[in-house]
Amino acid sequence: MKARGAAFWIGAAAAIALAVAVSVSNANEYFFFAGYVVLQFVVLATAWNILGGYAGYVNFGTGAFFGVGAYTAVVMFKALGAPLPAQILAAAAVSGLLGFGTGLLTLRLRGIFFSIATVAVAIILQTLILNWRYVGGATGVQLLRPPVSAPFESYTRMLFVGMTLLAVGAVAIARYIETSWIGRGLRAIRDSEEAAECSGVPTLKLKLFACTVSGALMGAAGAPLPMYQSFVEPESSFNLTYSVAALAMPMIGGTAHWLGPVIGAILLGTIQQVVTVTISSELNVLVVGVLLVLFVVAAPEGIVGLARKLRRSPARAPT
Amino acid sequence: MFSFDLLLDAVVFGILLGCFYAAVSIGLSVAFGLLDVPHIAHPAFLVLGSYGTYLLGRHGWDPLVAGITLMPLFFLVGVAVYRFYYETFERRGRDAGVRGLAFFFGVTFIIEVGLILAFGVDQRMVEANYIGKSLAIGDMRIPLRMLVAFAMALALTAGLTLYLAKTFTGRAIKAVAQDESALRLMGANPVRIKQWAFGIATAVTALAGAMLIIVGPVEPSLDRVYIGRTFCVVVLAGLGSMTGTLIAGLILGISESIVLTLAGASWAPAVAFGLLLVVLGIRPQGLFGR
Amino acid sequence: MDRSKRNWLSWAGALAFGLVGALAPAAQAQQPIKVGIGIAQTGALGGGGKAALLALQMWVEDVNAKGGLLGRKVELIAYDDQSNPGTTPGIYTKLLDVDKADLLIAPYGTVPTAPIMPLVKQRELLLMGNFSFQVNHTVKHDMWFNNAPWGDAISWTDGFFKIGRSVNAKTVAFLASDQEFAQNLCNGARSIVNISGVKTVYEQNYPPTTVDFSSMIRAVRAAKPDMVFVCSYPNDSVAIVRAVNEIGVGDSVKIFGGGMVGLQFTPIMESLGSMLNGIINYNSYVPEKTMEFPGVKDFLGRYSKKAAEAKVDPLGYYLPPFNYAIGQMLEQAITATKSVDQKTIAQYLRTHEMTTIVGPISFGPDGERAKPAVPMIQFRGIADKNVEQFRQPGKQVVLYPPQFKTGDPITPFEQARK
Repeated sequence: MKARGAAFWIGAAAAIALAVAVSVSNANEYFFFAGYVVLQFVVLATAWNILGGYAGYVNFGTGAFFGVGAYTAVVMFKALGAPLPAQILAAAAVSGLLGFGTGLLTLRLRGIFFSIATVAVAIILQTLILNWRYVGGATGVQLLRPPVSAPFESYTRMLFVGMTLLAVGAVAIARYIETSWIGRGLRAIRDSEEAAECSGVPTLKLKLFACTVSGALMGAAGAPLPMYQSFVEPESSFNLTYSVAALAMPMIGGTAHWLGPVIGAILLGTIQQVVTVTISSELNVLVVGVLLVLFVVAAPEGIVGLARKLRRSPARAPT
Repeated sequence: MFSFDLLLDAVVFGILLGCFYAAVSIGLSVAFGLLDVPHIAHPAFLVLGSYGTYLLGRHGWDPLVAGITLMPLFFLVGVAVYRFYYETFERRGRDAGVRGLAFFFGVTFIIEVGLILAFGVDQRMVEANYIGKSLAIGDMRIPLRMLVAFAMALALTAGLTLYLAKTFTGRAIKAVAQDESALRLMGANPVRIKQWAFGIATAVTALAGAMLIIVGPVEPSLDRVYIGRTFCVVVLAGLGSMTGTLIAGLILGISESIVLTLAGASWAPAVAFGLLLVVLGIRPQGLFGR
Repeated sequence: MDRSKRNWLSWAGALAFGLVGALAPAAQAQQPIKVGIGIAQTGALGGGGKAALLALQMWVEDVNAKGGLLGRKVELIAYDDQSNPGTTPGIYTKLLDVDKADLLIAPYGTVPTAPIMPLVKQRELLLMGNFSFQVNHTVKHDMWFNNAPWGDAISWTDGFFKIGRSVNAKTVAFLASDQEFAQNLCNGARSIVNISGVKTVYEQNYPPTTVDFSSMIRAVRAAKPDMVFVCSYPNDSVAIVRAVNEIGVGDSVKIFGGGMVGLQFTPIMESLGSMLNGIINYNSYVPEKTMEFPGVKDFLGRYSKKAAEAKVDPLGYYLPPFNYAIGQMLEQAITATKSVDQKTIAQYLRTHEMTTIVGPISFGPDGERAKPAVPMIQFRGIADKNVEQFRQPGKQVVLYPPQFKTGDPITPFEQARK
């Protein structure tokens, strides 16, 4: 266990160092523009998996938490001129609170009812933002980025490194939850909630915890979006496409292990970016849908599950 | 801008709208309410039906005739989809709920993007004699297209309720929803019955799709708006009740219409979902639920 | 897996960049001048965007036939933004960083243009506006030049309300889509109304995705206004016209229309037909005798032939002449300054009056027209399912401004509809 822990942290540090190194190099600007999106999905997929994969509660409202994070950042920027780290913290706090509230409202519901309720929360939030003039309503709001500090050449590069830090942080949190008693409790809930309750697992507290952490991370992922685009409007910030992607990536990568969402996000995210640049942006939504259906039908354990099966089969004795 | 005339107008329009919502939700009432299939792709099939109607409309077909003609095709599609769902998910048991849900979510997106690739993102409409005219009653103007949708919706609900109550297969469908093992013991094959029911639900959705494009223009992303409306109606009705669907539809239609008139168009999208959350919070089994 | 992938990408990028940098100076002279644009080919604005793109392509062909600009060919790189503002930051970043565009033309329309204003300001790039309305008023970019015949809100709404005054209208109802264009325009209209003493009896902002307007038209009718000022985009414009046709807007209304985008697109004019009669709306160019600028008839003749082949708007009145004008302005600026540098061209555009097929164009300090002139037209005698009728004068009678006027308004609105 200890050796594994060290390996993880070394890997994490290496990833951050690499991101910084690339961002001060001469690499094409578009790489950072696209890379940011992939990293953003690593955070979203990991966050989704905490509730969806570990506890078995399928959240269809990722777009809402993401959008709320983005709009919290907008308010922080417009009202207080807050710097990016403060925006991210505020976004995480507000989305976390939202996750907690959603949990209280909906966690008594099972299966599809919970999922539909999350869609409901998402649309209601989007409607609230649509009617809020201060953040531009349906029109949206244009934002001018503050000047970027050395050693970064451009704001996008800085956001790229920032998102790398968020991604590493999110994965570390997910890994901690997975390997701790919290993870055990969540797995018990996923396997059989009644049995877990009867054995004394504090199901409601654990579910609320998962909802809050999941929401907070999604909000943090959304916070840099206004600065990334220099523009934010409700239709694209709360879009259902985020919800599908955040669900598809862990399903493809594998929901049982923290590595699953990371693999799913990087794989699917990269394919999406390549398709957008070379063919069209519709096709990338189709790619998500098709891969999701394929994996859900044929490889329910995801890529991590497939890798495990491959590792195990040579060792199996012939029967 | 409040006046009783306007309110009355809103209520009348809401009744017509509500029946229309009931008609588009009734397929889901069967698929999800009776058969417990997490059919989140139902609104996508609805929009698919609209586009089918549009295609036939381009060749001069009347939209209602087109809708009825599409029903057998959609029936077969429904049977196939259920069969696939059953074999892949329900049979294997463990984790089936989550994966079944994810499967239908993926199907929704595939259908939506497929429509964008085939037809583009532009809005599509159909033409007919009754579209674009209205009936004048005093100071009120009732659009004929809403009356047509209203009439069809009533016919559909009545037809389906009678079918489930009076015919043999209809009663078998209700039985399988109530107690599957008992049915098996009596010698009937529950899978075949459920398959048939899902087929009917999808066929009905084809006609509902025709109504959708009569009532207003359609575009591929319209399914997202209707996820809220259809699930609101089905949950409010209570799983498995056909008349409940009609009443729930009316409640939704009238509430939406009143909110539209009093609070403005920017709040209307939240009505269906707000109502849904309230129902889930207070009385999750709905008005007439099992 | 992720580490090695990123490694490879960054090395590949660095190598490519190095190669390009080494080869660039030598290749300059043969390199085409790349003009990039993201423009709606599908979606609500697609009807106008397709015609506009064709006009731009015509300009590129004309310029290249004359030998190009400064000895270099001009290449147009265009993507479809689907009338969706969410796509434009990505498209323009791609144009700049992947396609390496030298010059940028804005998307057609205010809504898709708004998101990229901060981007072009912060990267200090020239942006040629394409029929947006007041999209620069927050960001205040100094290298923005809008080809549209309007300036601020007053230049647009003045016409409509002057016409209203001429028929003794005292009250107004506002119907506006909740998006950048409609809100900019309606806010401007509201300030005029406040000054001139006209009373607002109804206002409604609706979400851009609204498809059913029966309730709103009913409410408008109940308020009994003299004027109805609508600020809408093509999908809603069509839905509103249909709703008015279906349930009527009441006998009190003297004039109806104002800022309805889409009623200038030929496919929409054809499909609405007689439902358009009586509506008083803005336009940019109509084939009336008072608007025969030098060069425009010739252009429209050539355009019609190409449009028939490309299966695009066959008349091409609204956008194409003005998009061709964008090309003409760039051509004049580049030829005069002998440079493709953004700041130099911007300086020229700011300080000179340029000759185009839609008349002379000069810009004010905000990048909008120094001398705006927005024609307000009334549809008359339109029949159903007939495209060619629009080629004749008298179908879109110009009521304002005086230099283009060809007729007086017919009121009330319900009368004019017959």
